Amino acid sequence: MVDQLRKSTSFEREADAPIIEIRKMSVSFHDQQILRSLDLAIPRGQTLALIGESGCGKTVLLKTLIGLVKPVQGEVYFDGRNLAELNDKELAVQRMRFGFLFQNAALFDSMTVGQNIGFQLREADRQQQNEIDEIVSLRLAEVGLPESVKSKKPAQLSGGMRKRVGLARALAISPEVMLYDEPTTGLDPIVSDVINELIIRTRSRYPVTSIIVTHDMRTATKVADRVVMVYPLSRLAAGEPQILFDGSPRELVVAKDQRVIQFVKGEAGERLMEMREKSSQKHGRHSNPESRIPGQ
Amino acid sequence: MSTGASATPPKQLAGRHQQNPLVHAVTDWGRVVVEAAISIGNLTLFSLNTLSWLFTRLPRRETLLQSFYQIGVRSLPVVALTGTFIGMVLAVQSHYQFSDLGLETRLGAVINMSLVRELGPVLAATMLAGRVGGAMAAELGTMRVTEQIDALSSMGTNPVQYLVVPRFLACLFLIPTLTIMADFMGVVGGYLYSIYFLKIDQFHYYQNSAEFVGTWDLFYGVIKSLFFGAAIALVSCHRGFHCGAGAEGVGRAATAAFVISFVLILILDLVIGILLDNIYMSLWPGGASLF
Repeated sequence: MVDQLRKSTSFEREADAPIIEIRKMSVSFHDQQILRSLDLAIPRGQTLALIGESGCGKTVLLKTLIGLVKPVQGEVYFDGRNLAELNDKELAVQRMRFGFLFQNAALFDSMTVGQNIGFQLREADRQQQNEIDEIVSLRLAEVGLPESVKSKKPAQLSGGMRKRVGLARALAISPEVMLYDEPTTGLDPIVSDVINELIIRTRSRYPVTSIIVTHDMRTATKVADRVVMVYPLSRLAAGEPQILFDGSPRELVVAKDQRVIQFVKGEAGERLMEMREKSSQKHGRHSNPESRIPGQ
Repeated sequence: MSTGASATPPKQLAGRHQQNPLVHAVTDWGRVVVEAAISIGNLTLFSLNTLSWLFTRLPRRETLLQSFYQIGVRSLPVVALTGTFIGMVLAVQSHYQFSDLGLETRLGAVINMSLVRELGPVLAATMLAGRVGGAMAAELGTMRVTEQIDALSSMGTNPVQYLVVPRFLACLFLIPTLTIMADFMGVVGGYLYSIYFLKIDQFHYYQNSAEFVGTWDLFYGVIKSLFFGAAIALVSCHRGFHCGAGAEGVGRAATAAFVISFVLILILDLVIGILLDNIYMSLWPGGASLF
């Protein structure tokens, strides 16, 4: 099904056109704006790391790429098609060209590992069960997990194993674009490195475009061809672009923007000052008996 | 530099409004009304979305069977137990009242009529709302919180079609069976208690039951149960799909699923009851038996 789709859409796309393009995109939840007027083009085959502090909208940005979150303004184009113009069925077909590794793997609790990995193949209804079993075994081997894991439930696995099963599930249909949402968060350095290696190996085995949301600088510098840093809107001046950095991992350390350098080095900087100020303000208010008198 | 004496900072204005209890009450009630309207609108759209999938793509057989087993088969023991005890309790309470009037032999009519028309369907639905409705809301809520529903969408599978439709069909098709089971066990429980403990004459008990309880009464309860089943499935799945963040959100969704389902069961019981009575009376005036 996915192969047919690739054939049917291949004539529409230009060879050097970006596979994903975001134009002037803004996202809000209720009254809170998360992303403001973002522009981003991702060429086919590129591995892009989206970095930024917690709450800046990285995951939201990732979810807009497959229509899980709808922008309030602007457009998201996948392979030249505006996602907003697709109906539910067309969107579902486009989504089958993506693989998504969620932050906590998001494995289906009620299914075994084997059923999880084979889920999309089973739902596509194009393959026999024995073919699905073969693909499941192959993907398990690719992520370095033994065959015995197949019959286990996700609850019986460690965090690192779940991530690997999640990766195997995302790779089951050989996607064109892989989306990774914080693939190494919550894992020890060794397992994190295993996941990084798996991402690199996946890219070398399959011609995938990868977008990795992370705040792990080791992952960003080791795996990515390009790094984009998003900054929280609440800390930006009016009219200032939300993307603070867009370049190669090598350029990160020589970035001109002090905020980028602080993030890369993991320095709290003025945040520490702000925290101290807030703390002293709070302390001062409590210590002032007049401030507790109502109406004054 | 002064900005003028008449200028009032926004914080102070907000503070004044907060101090006015009338404004506070009107704001609160307004918010409740708006939130209720949004919830009802959401539930209606959710229901229409679920129903539309019944005509476009049905779930796979394995998914359906799993839901049927979880919702139907595993609810049987608790529904049977509830039905039996309700039949016996009805016998005890009715006997207490009827013995004063010397109408003990009419117990069969009262117990069985109450069971098949009202208590059987309502109690089976209540048990289903408690056992299955809460579980469905909690399960779907957990799936929402842990991004499993997003994962389904990201793989091109419609979550409503995959998760809600099987549960809806299972509740819709199996609640009549559960209702009949509750009715049957209630009738048996009431009969056994009346005959063996209350020493009611077996012949008269049976005669009165057969005379007063007709096939229509049985259908009356079963038809109502279909609406109860649909309401439980839709409300519970809707709550699960729209659950708040974290364990607290899941807990609230499960509680809300049961409470809203229960209130809906009672409202539907009244509305469908009146509707069915009117249909029956207009088709068979004088109360002639349907069968």
